[in-house]
Amino acid sequence: MINRPARWLDRRLGIAGFARRGLDHIFPDHWSFMLGEIAMASFAVLVMTGVYLAMFFNSSSAEVTYHGPYKALDGVKMSAAYFSTLNLSFSVPAGLLIRQIHHWAALVFIGAVLAHLFRVFFTAAYRSPREINWVIGVTLLVLAMAAGFVGYSLPDDLLSGTGLRIAYSIVLSIPIVGPRLAFVIFGGPVPSAVMIPRMYGLHVFVLPGLIVLLLGVHLAIVWRQTHTNYPGPGRSNRRIVGSRLWPTYSMKILGLFCLVFAALAALGGLVQANPIWIYGPYDPAAALPGAQPDWYLGWAEGALRLFPAFNLRIGHYLVPEVFFPGILFPLLLFGGLYLYPFVEPWFTHDRDEHHILSLPYEQPKRTALASAGIMMLLVLLLAGSGDVLAVLMHGSVIAIRTLFQIVFFAAPVLTAAVAYWLCWRVQRRRGREHARAAAAGPVPSDGGEGN
Amino acid sequence: MADEKPLADQEERRQNLGMVLTMLAFAVSIAGAVGFLYVYWTNHDNGLMGASAAVALAGMGVGLVVWTHFLMRHEEAAAERPVLPSSPELREAFVQDFVAGQDQIGRRQVLGWATTGTLVVLGAGGLSLLRSLFGASPETVLKAPVWRRGDRLVTPEGRPVSVETLEPGSTITVFPEGRVGFVPGQTVLIRVQADLLRLPPERRQWAPQGNVAFSRLCTHAGCPVALYEATRHLLLCPCHQSTFNVLTGAQPTSGPAARALPQLPLYVDAHNHLRAAGDFTEPPGPGFWSLPS
Ligand code: HEM
Ligand code: FES
Repeated sequence: MINRPARWLDRRLGIAGFARRGLDHIFPDHWSFMLGEIAMASFAVLVMTGVYLAMFFNSSSAEVTYHGPYKALDGVKMSAAYFSTLNLSFSVPAGLLIRQIHHWAALVFIGAVLAHLFRVFFTAAYRSPREINWVIGVTLLVLAMAAGFVGYSLPDDLLSGTGLRIAYSIVLSIPIVGPRLAFVIFGGPVPSAVMIPRMYGLHVFVLPGLIVLLLGVHLAIVWRQTHTNYPGPGRSNRRIVGSRLWPTYSMKILGLFCLVFAALAALGGLVQANPIWIYGPYDPAAALPGAQPDWYLGWAEGALRLFPAFNLRIGHYLVPEVFFPGILFPLLLFGGLYLYPFVEPWFTHDRDEHHILSLPYEQPKRTALASAGIMMLLVLLLAGSGDVLAVLMHGSVIAIRTLFQIVFFAAPVLTAAVAYWLCWRVQRRRGREHARAAAAGPVPSDGGEGN
Repeated sequence: MADEKPLADQEERRQNLGMVLTMLAFAVSIAGAVGFLYVYWTNHDNGLMGASAAVALAGMGVGLVVWTHFLMRHEEAAAERPVLPSSPELREAFVQDFVAGQDQIGRRQVLGWATTGTLVVLGAGGLSLLRSLFGASPETVLKAPVWRRGDRLVTPEGRPVSVETLEPGSTITVFPEGRVGFVPGQTVLIRVQADLLRLPPERRQWAPQGNVAFSRLCTHAGCPVALYEATRHLLLCPCHQSTFNVLTGAQPTSGPAARALPQLPLYVDAHNHLRAAGDFTEPPGPGFWSLPS
């Protein structure tokens, strides 16, 4: 069956040798390598459902009056963008399903990218020669969050309008160039007539385009450098162990893709995502108490809330309060992420090529640092819903904010200490096991990171 | 007790089980897909469509995984990793070829300068397109006057507001007359007991009979400061819970906002209507670099 097309292609491209080596390409079997694959599958679902949505969505802010099956908004004035999203939700057969799958896929996509990043960090897969892919990966995370945010802004409902206004205020706060930049991005103070078309261009063209491009480079580099391996028999800096691309890995990845798609379809059908008809159309004079961004921006929301009421006067000029949590903090956070693989060797003096992963307990300092980072993000995420928590716990918003300000510093330190201690304990236990095994008699070498 | 059945027999059973399970999974998948078609062509119930699509896809996925697990040989494969760095000779050869090409392009300094000059001018032309993106100058837009002296305060329905319209302890949103809905013009009018006010001396005249007016755009990140807590005389922003004390001229009292809400000076005209006695004390909304202090 494959014979004739293979001959046809090979006559023209001469790729049999390359393709044959491709079939034998090795993919490790450990579950943690699936996180990146889940991200890829969700991205594929995003593109498919997104293209479908784009057939119906109208990115115009022109004012229209709604008449349609959703009676609660009958006769209400709204933007054409909001109108078309209502139509997608109530009039297009399966429109709501596709919309909700798209939204869930975005939530899962970014979660999977983040989990993948942490896997890479905890196992030190970013060490030489894989620093380039670390940098590309962090960029992909930024692009994914940006794409999610502008997507969330498109329906022009009350939540999305509020989010855009806050984003505008943050860009506006940048010293010297802020106002210019904010006007370039949003076309003037939010709400502006051109902001939805701008967000649309970014959302369906620029950001997905960049993601596809960088994802391609990311995968090509993985292919060229080969995957890392967890330590184990037969694995070394020279040899990789796992499943071949053909047939085992191909079957597995197809199965995984179907399962991810299945989960997203179930979520899209059964669990409501972004019910924009409840929020109503954007009204610059209205605000929604208890409003929250999607989870992946919760840390930014939390930072905005916790940062003290401080702004900086430099002569006649002002650095407004949102600059510090909204610009400086993310710059430090992502700057730190970008630079980490280049900074770590200053401390470890280890610049060698590594293809065998380090287990989290083997490097207590690194593990403690990453755990503290995760804890800090979790605290911010919770602080981002401080008002909701205050209502739930019948506490005062002010008290909860103060509490979170303390926890923001205390929790990561504690987490780091606990993580360090746990690593040390595991190391000690492993050490004893080794000693016992050595006492029991000679054991075959288990590979390790020999060269 | 050793296993009595020969290994080949066991393997065959395993293969048969795998066949059955895979077929079963695919059958479930077909049932799901049929269900999806049915719902799509009849009532397009969202939950049923999602659930049936999920069953169809999950059946397919499980089928593939079971197939791989039961019907395919398990063997750990291994391969040599490529040696990444090229040989020094190869690298050296690359550099030589590159430099040879460079020499052909030429190393005349004048041409270098000319190239740079051309690129700079070309770049400036390209960058100037950004001008179209931001339209008006931010400086003028952000500092544009909002209220003019004499503007009447009107409700969102366009009705003028008199000094007696509000009971003490109540509040409404007002706009400059003729510009209802104008975003920077959103103003919150509050009436408090006049003797409670502790405005700075130069603002004493701005609150006729306890009517005070402030920009309704939060100075933190621009959300509408939509909530008023009359007992504590606090305006509250729903976005990040900043509070502003109305009695002291909307100075921030808690939360992340650092600057007071700009105040609108008021006076009462001959018809007892409230009018602006000037513009806000500052440009309304979130802060920016050149915001006057
Ligand atoms: C890069 C990954 C992407 C992410 C993270 C993402 C995320 C989102 C999110 C969160 C929304 C809000 C949807 C809602 O709840 O209503 C949205 C809307 C939308 N997306 Fe995407 N998206 C991505 C890729 C795409 C692509 C590739 C397309 C099309 C080519 C697309 C087309 C759309 C359209 C037309 C809407 C507005 C329709 C609506 O809101 O119902 N998206 N996106
Ligand atoms: S916008 Fe009002 S507190 Fe942040």
